[in-house]
Amino acid sequence: MTDAISVTGLVKSFGPARALDGLNLSVRTGEVHGFLGPNGAGKSTTLRILLGLMRADSGQARLLGGDPWTETAELHRRLAYVPGDVTLWPGLSGGEVIDLLGRLRGGMNQTRKKDLIDRFALDPRKKGRTYSKGNRQKVALVAALASDAELLVLDEPTSGLDPLMEEVFREVVREEQRRDGRTVLLSSHILGEVESLCERVTIIREGRTVEAGSLAELRHLSRTSVQAELASPAAGLEDLPGVHDLRADGARVSFDVDAPALDDVLRHLTAAGVRSLVSRPPTLEELFLRHYDTTPVGALR
Amino acid sequence: MNTLTGTGMLLRLALRRDRWMIAVWTVFTSVVPLGFVSAFNATAPTAAARQDFVDTSVHNTAFIIAYGPLHGSTLGQLVTWRAGFIPVIVGLVALLLMIRHTRTEEEAGRLELVGATAVGRHAGLAAALISVLVGSAVVSALSALALVSAGLGAGGAVVFGLGLLLTGCAFAAAGAIFAQLTAGAGGARGIAIVVLGAAFLVRGIASVSQQSGGSLGWLAWLSPVAWAGEFRPYAGDRWWIAVPCLLATAALVALAVTLAGRRDLGSGMIQPRPGPAEAAAALRTPLALAWRLHRGALFSRLAGFAVVGYALGAVAESISHLLDNSGAAARDLLAGLGLRGSLLQQYVDGMMTLAAVVAAAYAIQAALRPRAEEVAGLAEPMLATPVQRLRWAWSHFLFALLGPTLGLAVFGAVLGLAHGINAGDVAGQVPAMLGAALVQLPAVWLFTGVAVALFGLLPRLAAWAFAALPLSLFLGWLGAELQLGEFVTGLSAFSHIPKLPAEPLSVLPLAVLTAMAAALIAAGSAGIRGRDLPIG
Repeated sequence: MTDAISVTGLVKSFGPARALDGLNLSVRTGEVHGFLGPNGAGKSTTLRILLGLMRADSGQARLLGGDPWTETAELHRRLAYVPGDVTLWPGLSGGEVIDLLGRLRGGMNQTRKKDLIDRFALDPRKKGRTYSKGNRQKVALVAALASDAELLVLDEPTSGLDPLMEEVFREVVREEQRRDGRTVLLSSHILGEVESLCERVTIIREGRTVEAGSLAELRHLSRTSVQAELASPAAGLEDLPGVHDLRADGARVSFDVDAPALDDVLRHLTAAGVRSLVSRPPTLEELFLRHYDTTPVGALR
Repeated sequence: MNTLTGTGMLLRLALRRDRWMIAVWTVFTSVVPLGFVSAFNATAPTAAARQDFVDTSVHNTAFIIAYGPLHGSTLGQLVTWRAGFIPVIVGLVALLLMIRHTRTEEEAGRLELVGATAVGRHAGLAAALISVLVGSAVVSALSALALVSAGLGAGGAVVFGLGLLLTGCAFAAAGAIFAQLTAGAGGARGIAIVVLGAAFLVRGIASVSQQSGGSLGWLAWLSPVAWAGEFRPYAGDRWWIAVPCLLATAALVALAVTLAGRRDLGSGMIQPRPGPAEAAAALRTPLALAWRLHRGALFSRLAGFAVVGYALGAVAESISHLLDNSGAAARDLLAGLGLRGSLLQQYVDGMMTLAAVVAAAYAIQAALRPRAEEVAGLAEPMLATPVQRLRWAWSHFLFALLGPTLGLAVFGAVLGLAHGINAGDVAGQVPAMLGAALVQLPAVWLFTGVAVALFGLLPRLAAWAFAALPLSLFLGWLGAELQLGEFVTGLSAFSHIPKLPAEPLSVLPLAVLTAMAAALIAAGSAGIRGRDLPIG
């Protein structure tokens, strides 16, 4: 399977600030890929480079097999984009904006457009200046989703939508992907959305990729929390590799353990005699919080 | 919490945001009368020469429309009369600042952000009013100081300043009303400019009537543009005019506050109509979108050029008669002011340059539209479609080149038509005035070029393109006034334009200006192709 997007070692500076610092990203054709990171991590800059709006200082970016900077028009015929912060022309109605963007892209599916306007409960007759944030978002979503583009680039597409509309968005993306095998690059903060839509995710921080892979793999990489009551104090537990944050209170212990070390640790515990045992797999939240932590990348390692 | 809580804080914010704007505005408007003092001292040093000038000028309808009625021939009277266009500038800045701090903030959602803090309902309006009042007070004080420093009497100087202060207050209050009417700042600005234009015309009618002993002089009371003149600085110093002016301003403020209390955040008194659910078949290219975005400004500019062109053309004939009335004295006087050629030619030159300046301002505004789209985040969705950057940018630049062209063509043709009808020479005057207007275009395009180059190469400084226009005018004026020589005068683009129809059509300066404009546009276009977009 080829990659719809492949980015290696991308670097981009704005004056003294380094927005991207060797970022890697690969999105397989036909998958929904989550693109995650705290505010200011460089998500929007990456998307703008992929759209040929900005030029990287160094590194490679390929999109649908082409160079996003030099083959802009050809590539843009095959993709649709929803910007992170949607603004509309104050004097144009939502319906006009949807039609205009669709036509500029080379046509859109009219039936699907009408269907999407209904499902998102959008009033297309209102002027751009009178829409709320959520409704502006809907205009951009309808314009992108009604196109026949093979790649959708969505920058926090559900910000400002109510939970009902978020659900509609998820349904539509799932349908589109099932039907046409479209590729979706979804930058998002909403974990439920990522969990329910994305097969693979890339997490970035301070312009660098800190984690990439399927959700299952990422969970596997994370730690399990263990609380146990033992027959006798477990000597040497703190010396085992992969054990973190150990707190011992006589025969009662609680600690976090890396997934590969779990087997050894359990053996050690049974040797001491287990009275009760609670173990909890990592939640997605913990996974993300670990990466969204604001301490510098170097300090984590 | 009362409705004005937080006004002081918002006022500091407004003054902080406008510090440059207020500095330029106040210094420029208060220095201008000093220029008139030295000009009159140089050209009409004696009482007799000044009286000659007055005798000529009171018959010149265009002068009376532009500056108001002339009440005497002392230096103070002449200088403050000649400064009669300053109330228009004060009014314009006051209106635009008011709308900027009220409706623009509301439209951008910033008022909501501020309004949710411990800030009273009317604090935003009050802070905007006070900030304009502060600016007007500075203009007023500096202008009075300038006149006193030039050796004119203090009484007249203070009355002159007071007139400008109250003009600023009245227009600030009017701006506060317009800001309540529409949901968009653009609409509010449109209404403000139409009303300012109407106020200017009303003063013109009232002034001509006063000067010729007609019965319409009372109309001056309806136009705040006329109030500063009604104070009659150095011609009676009518202090008491301040009372009706303040009462009228208070009434306008009360109306604005009432309107503000009757509407919701974000809405206007005039409800926006819903638009079409689907785009018209033609709305499918960047150019079609640009047409949608530019047509309102284009049509209003064309209408403005036509109306002003007609008014200026209609009075041109009376100027050619002046020669018969005042003869050689007037001609000598005008030659002394650095003006050559017939009185009519002088008039045409002045009006054509004025039209070219207005056209250049429009050109800069239209050329910077894509920059506004970039900053607002509207360029990004466009450029994520197969539309190439240059095609997008050029669909706007086209209006920056052809819009002023059409505007000047309308201005010249209508002026020629109105003058031709009076002079019985339509066939001769229409092409002559059309030529005199269109020959200004290379200078206008140069400003399009400056705006395009800044947008492409130094986008964060793009708004400085507007500064190029007053700078160019100022250098030309300063150079001529202080006789700094050809080099400084030559920095003004307009000084190179041949003065048709009296002068021959010299192609070289036009070709050089056009080539410079083309080079700037090419450099800007290259910049647009190569740079990141958007740059915030």
